[in-house]
Amino acid sequence: MSRTTSRWIGRIAAAAGSALAVPASAWADWAVNMPRGATAISGEVYQLHMLIFGVCVAIAVIVFGAMIWSIFYHRKSRGVEPAKFSHSTKVEIVWTTIPIVILIAMAVPAADTLVRMEDTRDSDMSVKITGYQWKWEYEYLDEGIRFFSNLAPESNRARQLGSGIDPRTVENYLLDVDNPLVVPVGAKVRLLLTSNDVIHSWWVPDFGGKKDAIPGYINEFWFEAERPGTYRGQCAELCGRDHGFMPVVVEVLPVAEYEVWLSDNAPAPQAEPAVSTAAAAPAPAEASAPTPAPTAAPEAGAEGQAAAPAEDGMTLEQAMSQGRNLHVQHCSACHQADGSGLPAAGFPALDKLAVGLEEHLQLVVHGRDGTAMAAFGPQLSDREIAATITYQRNAWDNETGDVVQPDDVAAVR
Amino acid sequence: MSTATHAEHDHGHHPTGFMRWLTTTNHKDIGTMYLVFSLVMFFVGGAMALVIRTELFQPGLQFVDPAFFNQMTTMHALIMIFGAVMPAFVGLANWMVPLQIGAPDMALPRLNNWSFWILPFAFSLLLLTLFLPGGAPASGWTMYPPLVLQTGDAFPFLIFSIHLMGLSSIMGAINIIVTIMNMRAPGMGLLKMPLFVWSWLITAYLLILVMPVLAGAVTMLLTDKYFGTSFFAAAGGGDPVMFQHIFWFFGHPEVYIMILPAFGIISEIIPTFARKPIFGYAAMVYATASIAFLSFIVWAHHMFTVGMPLAGQLFFMFSTMLIAVPTGVKVFNWVATMWRGSMTFETPMLFALAFVFLFTIGGFSGLMLAIVPADLQYHDSYFVVAHFHYVLVPGAVFAIMAGVYYWLPKWTGNMYNEKMGKLHFWLTAISVNLTFFPMHFVGLAGMPRRIPDYATQFADFNAIATVGAFVFGFSQLMFAWNVYRCAKGGEKATAEVWEGSHGLEWTVPSPAPLHTFDTPPVVK
Repeated sequence: MSRTTSRWIGRIAAAAGSALAVPASAWADWAVNMPRGATAISGEVYQLHMLIFGVCVAIAVIVFGAMIWSIFYHRKSRGVEPAKFSHSTKVEIVWTTIPIVILIAMAVPAADTLVRMEDTRDSDMSVKITGYQWKWEYEYLDEGIRFFSNLAPESNRARQLGSGIDPRTVENYLLDVDNPLVVPVGAKVRLLLTSNDVIHSWWVPDFGGKKDAIPGYINEFWFEAERPGTYRGQCAELCGRDHGFMPVVVEVLPVAEYEVWLSDNAPAPQAEPAVSTAAAAPAPAEASAPTPAPTAAPEAGAEGQAAAPAEDGMTLEQAMSQGRNLHVQHCSACHQADGSGLPAAGFPALDKLAVGLEEHLQLVVHGRDGTAMAAFGPQLSDREIAATITYQRNAWDNETGDVVQPDDVAAVR
Repeated sequence: MSTATHAEHDHGHHPTGFMRWLTTTNHKDIGTMYLVFSLVMFFVGGAMALVIRTELFQPGLQFVDPAFFNQMTTMHALIMIFGAVMPAFVGLANWMVPLQIGAPDMALPRLNNWSFWILPFAFSLLLLTLFLPGGAPASGWTMYPPLVLQTGDAFPFLIFSIHLMGLSSIMGAINIIVTIMNMRAPGMGLLKMPLFVWSWLITAYLLILVMPVLAGAVTMLLTDKYFGTSFFAAAGGGDPVMFQHIFWFFGHPEVYIMILPAFGIISEIIPTFARKPIFGYAAMVYATASIAFLSFIVWAHHMFTVGMPLAGQLFFMFSTMLIAVPTGVKVFNWVATMWRGSMTFETPMLFALAFVFLFTIGGFSGLMLAIVPADLQYHDSYFVVAHFHYVLVPGAVFAIMAGVYYWLPKWTGNMYNEKMGKLHFWLTAISVNLTFFPMHFVGLAGMPRRIPDYATQFADFNAIATVGAFVFGFSQLMFAWNVYRCAKGGEKATAEVWEGSHGLEWTVPSPAPLHTFDTPPVVK
């Protein structure tokens, strides 16, 4: 407690320091200010921020100074008689003109930086980013790599209501993902942003800003990281229940390491990773799970591989083990890991299923309009959807005995 | 209580009890009802804010589900904006505009009754949604599609309650304009009107111009959800960004609807307690009109991240920066009014001074937000939350409280408890900064707004903000108690109430009788 207290005092002191415009380094470590960031643009944005802040502080000193002087000296208790003046055209022209001059002086460098921020030409690589409720999808347009990026499992466990896990014990709590965006240092990366459902906003403070991902739009944003490192941010536009739980992590690698990552993850023809999206899957574009740790769901790795499935068809056991992980990863945010749902918030329980198999398939593949129930058809392979539905229809109090096969899913697409 | 003892009840057969309030067409009664309603909503919305701050006291989710958290942020905003701040200003206008221009009542008294009595129904509908399947609206008060279209059964309730609030505002605004234009006392030219009246005249025009725009926008949401239209659905050829343009075309003037009357109140109070006329009266009027005009050409600064063309971003950046000029003129004029005055510091003056300090801080962060490259960092972060709470709480709300303390003796005939008023002021002024100032820091450091849980590096400032919020919230009980006690009794107030007061409202006795200015006063 006392350590926390002293930290507070330190930060309050640092904050007070900022008001007096002491050099930036004095409080940069305290995270009370905008980061300088990792790109030339973010540095410029920081400079603009400090410039306008400095202007505001200077004006504040003059205006508040006059006010405080007046409060102390022009008070009745000191016996002063009020003056009679009520206007002065000269003074009023002065204090209308000076702010206009200051504003023009501010507008010029701001416009200059803005023009450069908007220039997305001559990029070295392009990544398409699609926002989903509540994850990001990254698609390397030239390399053919495509994967989802979810909140890391450790954070996901700790953030559940009443989890009993102290967030302070979780490294990078809420700012960590299973599969980060990986880019090379020094490359101008052009981002093409869109959304599959509602509006999201992709924000990494170290890259100098954010841009909305809007359904039906392709927005452009770019960054050129000057230093390797891991840069973290979050979705910035309210996008529903788990808006606070879809972080952005970008790993900037030295060029040589990036080349290695690329060759490890580029989709080699005919050579699917161990836990593949199945040879039977009809969509060849779905090169899923590209990172060194391909199965994103918690505790999935060993189990998923051990239960190496037969080429076609799934047994109940195979489907249950894969389906449980997929349920936790894709469905539990709303329907909960134990299937109890959040009926009060409009998310139905699954633990006592009333829907028939056909409707269940339709719902998962096509979603339900006007609700947060997304269409998982475009997101998951037939095999993954089959496993998930099989799991949901046989877990908890559900004992339907239904075993869904990938072909069943393909049939409702 | 017999009506016979009340001299003001000399107009015959008035209903008593509840029927008196339901059927009243008297501007003072209606003003009182607006103010009481606003105070109730202030506590309802405040309780929701405390749910938010309780969850945010520590990282991790301890108390509420994220879906309920989103309902709280949405409802807190809707209730505070449409239920607390706007009705409070309308209540003050009802009470004070006729008294300040020497009119016997509002021009359209029955309309006046109706515009108030719509509100309890509108907010009952809205609050009812908390108990519906799927809960209350959770898409933020900005109601952006497609997210808002995921709202459950609450959706039509939300839309209809906004329609009702809009109707109430439009009728109130029409009434205020007609009253001011037609019922001023002989000799009171437009440029002799008190600044509170001026600020409300301009605000009323803003209301009439933008509330129908909001009504149109939410109606389009309604048809998108239930009648198969695709105004805002990309899949059907619509445009989700178009909603944001329409919404903020309403939304930015709405911001000034909540601050211009505050400017008016402050411009009444500072001259009274500085015992010196307002500095640059004409400049104040023109500055208010300029701000109102500019409010129509800056809306897209709320949406710099949607991917606008460069030319659009530059236009909205420059036009937004321009607002600093007339706003600066107002602040400079208030300071110049104090300068070489003979000031005393009763509670209304304390709130007015805090308004000038703290609103200006909110103005500074507003200027910073206008700088587009920096805004791309600030946007949708806690820096924005800090900014708009600085202009709305120590801005609009402080002005309302200053106005209530200032005119309360005129309304009740009794002085409020000055000692308790001062204590209320200091607790409020300190806790409001404790609550909202740390939000600047976490916002700059990267904390997005509208999140129920946050990374651990934001923990300390959030804990401070929560402590501040609870002190702020409970301090307001003192305000309610002081107002209640003052209504019940206390030291008798004179007609002038304050030593330095000027204007027609101070020429009628305290308490102001039910009917005033039956014979118009003559203004020299």
